[in-house]
Amino acid sequence: MMVPILKQGHFLIATIMAALSDEDMRQFREALLDRVVSSRATAVIIDVMAMDVLDSFATRTLREIAYMTRLRGARTVLVGVQPEVALTMVQLGLHLEGVATALDLEEGLAYLDRVNRRG
Amino acid sequence: MVNAMAPPCQVRVPIGSDGDIIVARQKGRALAAELGFSSTDVVRIATAISELARNVLTYAACGEIRLQPLNCRNRCGIVIVASDHGPGIADIEQAMQDAYSTSGGLGLGLPGVRRLMDEFTIESTVGKGTTVSATKWCRP
Repeated sequence: MMVPILKQGHFLIATIMAALSDEDMRQFREALLDRVVSSRATAVIIDVMAMDVLDSFATRTLREIAYMTRLRGARTVLVGVQPEVALTMVQLGLHLEGVATALDLEEGLAYLDRVNRRG
Repeated sequence: MVNAMAPPCQVRVPIGSDGDIIVARQKGRALAAELGFSSTDVVRIATAISELARNVLTYAACGEIRLQPLNCRNRCGIVIVASDHGPGIADIEQAMQDAYSTSGGLGLGLPGVRRLMDEFTIESTVGKGTTVSATKWCRP
């Protein structure tokens, strides 16, 4: 399962289209970090709207992506976490400290715009 | 809506690769939705299956997830049974504490699953294997 990663200006937009296996998730992490380096992106938006489950492994991998991108000087914004998924994550005790979130792609872009303008 | 058809049957999913985790949780989602669980409970059940199936894969390399519909005094439910013949858990009390893990994971698996579900039992014999049963009842 390939996750398409699109470049828009200085941003990368990755849209997870379906449930990913652990191996798919690892490959996505590597592919995204490669793209952050090669494209000199300043921010990454990851759209997880199509993910029906964000379990401990997926959450940990997303957090790793956010940390690694930050080491490259880029921000990560997670968008599209479904309400049921958010509820379950909290009950399961999963955290996404340090990862910015926004309602959807549009809000994610608006957030980055605000952050960039603030410098 | 009353379902006049035969009740849904038990589903067994062998767990031997990470793709099987997805198969198990998709079958769990379908079964839970068929049983009339709310969309939030469907996600809770699918997530619990995901965590339990990954434990089987991580600690025992292979095993099985069994999904059993329940019908008790007109109440619908589902029980997830994750079983393996892996090394077993020496200290169940310790494994049930948050932030405890021997595999470098988050250490949240079992206590988290217990919070997502209504009933939770675990049986484990060192050297023989582990069986975790987790039940969710449908809210009327």
